[in-house]
Amino acid sequence: MAFQILLNVFLAFIWMFLKNEYTGTTFLVGYFFGLLIILGIRRFFDSRFYLLRVFAVVKLILIFTRELILSNISVLKVILRPKLDIRPGIFALETELEKDWEITILANLITLTPGTLVVDVSPDNKTLYIHAMDIADKEEAIQDIKGSFEKAIMEVSK
Amino acid sequence: MTEIFKFISGAFILLGAFLSLVSAFGIIRLPDVYTRNHAASKTSTLGIMLLLTGTFIFFFVEHGHFNSRILLGIFFIFMTAPVAGHLISRAAYNTDVKLWDQSVEDDLKESRESKPSLIERE
Repeated sequence: MAFQILLNVFLAFIWMFLKNEYTGTTFLVGYFFGLLIILGIRRFFDSRFYLLRVFAVVKLILIFTRELILSNISVLKVILRPKLDIRPGIFALETELEKDWEITILANLITLTPGTLVVDVSPDNKTLYIHAMDIADKEEAIQDIKGSFEKAIMEVSK
Repeated sequence: MTEIFKFISGAFILLGAFLSLVSAFGIIRLPDVYTRNHAASKTSTLGIMLLLTGTFIFFFVEHGHFNSRILLGIFFIFMTAPVAGHLISRAAYNTDVKLWDQSVEDDLKESRESKPSLIERE
């Protein structure tokens, strides 16, 4: 991915030298044409066309923001309800992610999810231990959310 | 136009202050370290982020001053607050702080008991 971006910047510079105009606008135009060229020759690269990965990262950031707001609303409800009827607990979650940075991002996402907080990661990086605010009805739904998070993170690293 | 943005930034700041207040209530009210950590790590994160966003909008609209340090601050808080919450609860668990007695499940304890070598290492 980094190589494709570097190549794109390089092509934009070549465009600037060809036009003999050294402004930001010329750079952007050259960057756009370089993007088209890279799209055209994408089968020569090992990784996929890098714009797809950029979109995946943007999607991940949007998921982060949405989950942060949702989790705040759910914590707000628990705290401001007059009666404290929560059933906390720690449950284990198997993860398929392998690289360290993927697991870090997944743990951060889970911490910002409604009602969950990562307590420990097992030494072999296969299991996350998660403290849930309300374990009874949440566990199934949380597994679903985690499926979508894991998928979004895999989409970035694919 | 400027008036509208003033109201928006005021709304952001009030909402952030409210969330920080609720997070303080949560720290007083909730029963054990782990549930308090939920309140501390989530509600105060968004509270501070909203406060900073409101401040940023105010200075941008009122004085035309683009303060990139506030944006960096938002980004840093967003990245570091969940990690801090995780480390505090992990440290609490490793020093045998008890869960609330109405907790229903503890998978981590089971897995550590089935692999005693991991406990001895602590």
